[in-house]
Amino acid sequence: MSESGLSFLDRPNSYIGRSVPRPNARRLVEGRGTYVDDVAVQRLTHVAFLRSPLAHARIASLDTAAARAMPGVVAVVTGAELARVCTPWVGVLGHFKGLRSAPQHALAVDRVTWVGEPLCAVVAASRAEAEDALAVIAVEYEALPAVVDMETALDPATPPIHPDLGDNLAFERVLEVGDVDGAFRDAAAVVEETFRFGRHTGVCLEPRAILADWQAADGTLTVHHSFQAPHMMQDILCKHLSLPEGAVRVICRDVGGSFGIKVHIYPDEMATCALSLMLRRPVKFVADRLESFTSDIHCRDHRVTARMALSAEGDILAIDMDDLTGIGPYSVYPRTSAVEANQVVNLTGGPYRHQAYRARARVVLQNKAPTCQYRAVGHPIATMVAEGLLDLGAARLGLDPAAIRQRNVIPDDAYPCAGVSGIRFEQLSHQRALGTLLEMMDYGALRAEQAALRARGIHRGIGLATFVEITNPSAAFYGVGGARISSQDGCTLRLDPQGGVVAAVSITEQGQGTEGIIAQVVATATGVPLEQVRVVTGDTQATPYGGGTWASRGAGIGGEAAWQAGKALRANVTAAAGAILQASADALDIREGRIVDAATGAERMTLAELGRIVYFRPDTLPPGLQPEFMVTRHYVPKDYPFAFTNGVQASYLEVDVETGFVRLLKHWCVEDCGTVLNPLLVDEQIRGGIVQGIGGALFEHCLYDAEGQLLNGSMADYLVPMAGEMPDIAVAHVVSATASSEIGAKGAGEAGTAGAPAAVVNAINDALRPLNARVSRQPVTPEVILEALGTI
Amino acid sequence: MKAPDVAYARPRTLDEALALLAEHGEAAQPLAGGQSLVTSLNMRLAAPGLLVDLNGLPELTGIAEAGGVIRIGAMTRHRDLAASPLVAERLPLIAAAVPHIAHPAIRNRGTIGGSVALADPAAELPACCLALRASFVIRGLTGERRVAADDFFLGLFETAIGPGEILVAIEIPVPGADAVSGFDELARRHGDYALVGLAAQGRRDGVGLGDLRLVFFGVGDRPVLAGNAAAAVAAGGVKAAQDALAADIDPADDVAVRGATRRHLARVLLGRVLGRMTGEA
Repeated sequence: MSESGLSFLDRPNSYIGRSVPRPNARRLVEGRGTYVDDVAVQRLTHVAFLRSPLAHARIASLDTAAARAMPGVVAVVTGAELARVCTPWVGVLGHFKGLRSAPQHALAVDRVTWVGEPLCAVVAASRAEAEDALAVIAVEYEALPAVVDMETALDPATPPIHPDLGDNLAFERVLEVGDVDGAFRDAAAVVEETFRFGRHTGVCLEPRAILADWQAADGTLTVHHSFQAPHMMQDILCKHLSLPEGAVRVICRDVGGSFGIKVHIYPDEMATCALSLMLRRPVKFVADRLESFTSDIHCRDHRVTARMALSAEGDILAIDMDDLTGIGPYSVYPRTSAVEANQVVNLTGGPYRHQAYRARARVVLQNKAPTCQYRAVGHPIATMVAEGLLDLGAARLGLDPAAIRQRNVIPDDAYPCAGVSGIRFEQLSHQRALGTLLEMMDYGALRAEQAALRARGIHRGIGLATFVEITNPSAAFYGVGGARISSQDGCTLRLDPQGGVVAAVSITEQGQGTEGIIAQVVATATGVPLEQVRVVTGDTQATPYGGGTWASRGAGIGGEAAWQAGKALRANVTAAAGAILQASADALDIREGRIVDAATGAERMTLAELGRIVYFRPDTLPPGLQPEFMVTRHYVPKDYPFAFTNGVQASYLEVDVETGFVRLLKHWCVEDCGTVLNPLLVDEQIRGGIVQGIGGALFEHCLYDAEGQLLNGSMADYLVPMAGEMPDIAVAHVVSATASSEIGAKGAGEAGTAGAPAAVVNAINDALRPLNARVSRQPVTPEVILEALGTI
Repeated sequence: MKAPDVAYARPRTLDEALALLAEHGEAAQPLAGGQSLVTSLNMRLAAPGLLVDLNGLPELTGIAEAGGVIRIGAMTRHRDLAASPLVAERLPLIAAAVPHIAHPAIRNRGTIGGSVALADPAAELPACCLALRASFVIRGLTGERRVAADDFFLGLFETAIGPGEILVAIEIPVPGADAVSGFDELARRHGDYALVGLAAQGRRDGVGLGDLRLVFFGVGDRPVLAGNAAAAVAAGGVKAAQDALAADIDPADDVAVRGATRRHLARVLLGRVLGRMTGEA
């Protein structure tokens, strides 16, 4: 509730819940964005990296003499030379007990561990000249055995990638809750499946890019970075380049997509900053598409063997699963590569009431590109496992897939409560979401249509997927493990003389509309018209300290900070106005940029008039009055470690059983992200997330050969989902606002990706069921379906 | 990656272009629409010394019919093929194929001459030209020659165009009034190279098809004329043709898909295209 007695949503002229356009959209569409590659600085140099052509090899010799003599070359720097400036890191955290990794250098020093690992840098007057020089660096590699297949990474015969670790097991987690063996013993039905998830990656329109500019004269390193977490980058640069905090400024202006790809520490980006220090010149690195595929983090390389016990009535009694995942040669710094598997353990079966659960996750090292957190970390895997098993169970018991979900979800009136893995839920809405979804898609009619078409040899399928999503993380995510990653965020507001507001916020914008929702919240809280709110993001020197944007935290955490700041500014402004107008501050409000009588709405003075007096004629203010027209508020969730959200998706599709091709006909999603600040932006987050989920389900796959060579590092061979293949996506919401904040917003960025693969794969299996075929390996290519059908 | 340094020339006449090729020998590379060449330059998969830009040559443009032959200038863009009433009316096979070529931005620049001269085995237009018994007009310093489609595609990215020669035009005999064509392909996404494609041209022969040319693409190192399958259509119909296809194509395993999958998909595609051509589907 706001001070004036009106709820957040009911404030006069509230922008909350309205699909107002975001302020940066037009500028970006006009091509006037400022991405890293658009930043112009004097004496700029360009770096290109020599990357390992082998999955695992000792660097026997590295001769850079010829490269140094090439035209335009400023410097050629080896791993050993760079290590004198940039210290190595180890991607472990305290709350993942037993997690192990090895020291990782910005440039490999004596050994390369994946195809694409950088080992030498050429800095030149242009990127083309740097690449010319790369071609004449002479390297002798002594090939070492490559650990490629995660299934054999733990075999005693497989050599450890890091001999000091003894074996290739980076992390293992075992969880057992309730009487699992008893549940399986007493079950009416036990279903099991092995699910395979193809390693894929997040493909950003703007690749990773960084421009580091060391000014030796004043000892400052200014870094323009295509990144999600500028303060984290600042902290890590200080640590590994041995600089004081105040010496490093990280600026993230426009960022062309991120999806979690741009929240990790990359060797080439650290090297770029170190090179600027070494050369005392600005150095720019922009990843090209090929090196993006070999050096951006990958994800979702999992094999899960799982079984589910059910009663004759269709109650889930227990889930037992074993997850194996390959994460590349190093756990990625600083968030670690154990999080994905840990989330799979936490989330599998999360929507349901069962009380027995056993899970084991093993995280193994391998000589492929490192994996780490990408949109909906672990969620699509966890959701697929539970939803896939549940459909198998329904089929075994002759139950309808919708009915078995309605039967098993935690009831809406059971909250607050905990899921079987111990995850704590404040308020979820599975029952209402399922009800809304079935109504939206006209489930009964769709089933009838499906049956009628089956009689004509047309194989359509309907797939459902219920899910939970982790959003608004507290310090429980990283901070408790020792990572210097802020879970609190702040917003600073300044009222300017003409009545406009500048909002500086520590969450960041990568194209999802962060600046738009902050402007909405600030305009609503302060009473200033939306078009008079300017939002500043992405500058460690200009915003409050904070975590940035990841894990669906921007709206819920940054939005609440902005709301609190807006309320505080409004109080300060009405107090000053009250002193001038000889009115009680409580009797005044700000609406549409005017100080009004709160009860009648009658205008008392404009903000511009107030600004004129306060800024230019402070001599006329009542004695003792010092207005503070700049305020800062911070926020961090404290009641719960995470604000869980929930949702359910459905896919309707047709399988061409002759070709194995899948045609997506329609997709639905009902989700509950609490207060919907901007329906347009939320719906587009859901849709975009669904499309990325469909990408993993049907198209995207980083293909490696037995020697660890990436085989499809181009946009022609790595299939991202494209509009032509996407279905219409209908989105609806159930609103269970979190009581942890006043605005009540939870995250919405990952719900689409969390549920889409399971919905699509379940729909494919629904279509194939009469043919006694089923698929469990993603991406589900036509070949996978033809193999399942026994055609090839 | 950035393209390596390369010299560039934009000749005004075909003779000037041929002279540049002669002067620079193997270092010279003709540039048509650039939709494959520029990509390979940018990925440093090609490093020619000189690009000879063909975009300014008037001799290489235009679509015209004369003497029962449609002559298509080598620099005719895919979008111009799509917009040409002559192509739509006389060469429905090409009209059907063009929308499957990549995406609009690529069709705006890519040319028929560039496509057939590159001879990507998964491309649509080489297969169409082979099905239509096209003749390729090739000019060198010493004169002009014509190569029949059956003799033009020699292997993976290999054609009968010799060193120092430029493909000037593609000449296609106008199919007769009883002609019938069929085209389809199976691609993972709109605009992707097909896993398997089929360009078919023949004529109605009673209830069946005569003079049938079935050209598959994406199944070998060049467009593949499926002679056994075509013969089997006349003898035993669609099912017989599908069975006979096994002797025509032998696709290898690759990154995207197994050879066995392509073989199966080719069989399905053959059935579907023949079905449409004979009015069964």
